[in-house]
Amino acid sequence: MIDLFQYDFFTNALLAALLTSISCGIIGSYIVARRMVFIGGGITHASFGGIGIAYFLGINPMFGAAVFAVLSAMGINWLTNRGNLRQDSSIAIWWSLGMAIGVIFIALTPGYAPNLMSFLFGSILTVSGTDLLFMAVVSTLTALTFFLFFKTIMIISFDEEFAKARNMPVKTFDYLLITLSALAIVASIRVSGVILVLSLLTLPQATANIFTRKFRNISIASIAIGFTAMFAGLITSYHTNLPSGATIILILTLFFALGKLIASLKFRSL
Amino acid sequence: MSELIEIRNLTVRYGEYTAIKDVNLSISQPDFIGVIGPNGGGKTTLLKAILGLLQPSSGEIIFSEKLENKQSDIGYLPQINKFDHRFPISVKEVILSGMAGKNRWIKPYSKKDDKKLESIISELDVEHIVHKPIGELSGGQMQRVFLGRALISEPKLLVLDEPDTYVDNQFEHELYEMLVELNKRMAILLVSHDVGTISSYVKGIACINTEFNYHPSNVISPEQLKAYNCPIQIITHGEVPHTVLGQHDHQH
Repeated sequence: MIDLFQYDFFTNALLAALLTSISCGIIGSYIVARRMVFIGGGITHASFGGIGIAYFLGINPMFGAAVFAVLSAMGINWLTNRGNLRQDSSIAIWWSLGMAIGVIFIALTPGYAPNLMSFLFGSILTVSGTDLLFMAVVSTLTALTFFLFFKTIMIISFDEEFAKARNMPVKTFDYLLITLSALAIVASIRVSGVILVLSLLTLPQATANIFTRKFRNISIASIAIGFTAMFAGLITSYHTNLPSGATIILILTLFFALGKLIASLKFRSL
Repeated sequence: MSELIEIRNLTVRYGEYTAIKDVNLSISQPDFIGVIGPNGGGKTTLLKAILGLLQPSSGEIIFSEKLENKQSDIGYLPQINKFDHRFPISVKEVILSGMAGKNRWIKPYSKKDDKKLESIISELDVEHIVHKPIGELSGGQMQRVFLGRALISEPKLLVLDEPDTYVDNQFEHELYEMLVELNKRMAILLVSHDVGTISSYVKGIACINTEFNYHPSNVISPEQLKAYNCPIQIITHGEVPHTVLGQHDHQH
């Protein structure tokens, strides 16, 4: 295993795992606490539209994905408020619209789209320096925001109306946090792809939530669980030649099942 | 009597629908006003307008100088059923969040507020649950915690939205006793659908069913309710100290 570390692609992958487990650990805890997981799903899939357009234009797909993710995050809110649409319908529209745009632009691009699978299912072993930089920026911004404004975020997330009655900048924080969520999702697409990324934002949190009901502890535990699963997934996929993204998700699910099992044994012994 | 809030001809509409119309009410320091009315009659709308969560369609709400710091001078206890009880937040965090305000959003509360926290948790008798996540509380404990959040900023007016739902009779009684005690240092505006219980504690009753009528006494007859166009069911509670219904003669 030691010799794995001699490869640049492997150290890059590990670095990517560390950075995305930080952003996913924190943002996932926020999304789960506010019951916004389905919004996350909408943003994730909508970002595929940006990947398709970027492919067509020959620019960095992550850039296209980031633009689409942020726009769809705003768009879901906008369509819900202005379009007088129920939120789940609004999410579904952006979800499928993004996928449709992505598929059309990839079809319009001449030649074979070799990396398509990597965007759908992830390929952490091919992260580039630019990807790592993007991940580092997103993780730092996320950690900093939650460190500086933790109490404010908790108050607004728990009871938005109370926060409004107290004249807190509720709208500003809602937009800031949904933008950070969109960026965290895009940063993780490299790890597990558009289709699987949602579990990076929910499985570690669900596992941590078995043992603790404190937001701070859930975030920290999620980072640890996420990183451990990504590390184990990388090693496993290297030795078995299985796709890394899917392997990571399977390991995360295994952790969750294990957590449930431990909790039920503990409960029985009491 | 020192006036805190004066509401003049307040009307709130949601699109075409008029929720409350021409409300006139003045709330002063020792007031304890119970607002009753049918579901959908505009009780919560009135509270939200006072809290600044809804803009008046016409009319105005004038806050006196005593309420210059409008946010923390009004304590608000919302209906507890609207909360996500699985949200990962502790009792302590919920109570302390009551310190938040316009100028305190970067650091809504700090170590300095711990003294206030301590006196509130002992006053409300919640010491033993202070580190628990709110999801593990009973209905009555939950009400105490949210009352703590409303009280920690030492408000001059306490606004409560149906605090008597989702709690047992025992707690309901304790809650009203607590409110009578609190009324010595703050005005209270309480919304309830249960006229029977509140009338034995409040000093004045207001009926709201789109239109608003204030009745400056805690004794109200079914005929008067009818005259106020306030069709609510009256439940008499045997053990409460006041007679709620029936014959009475009082001066206005």
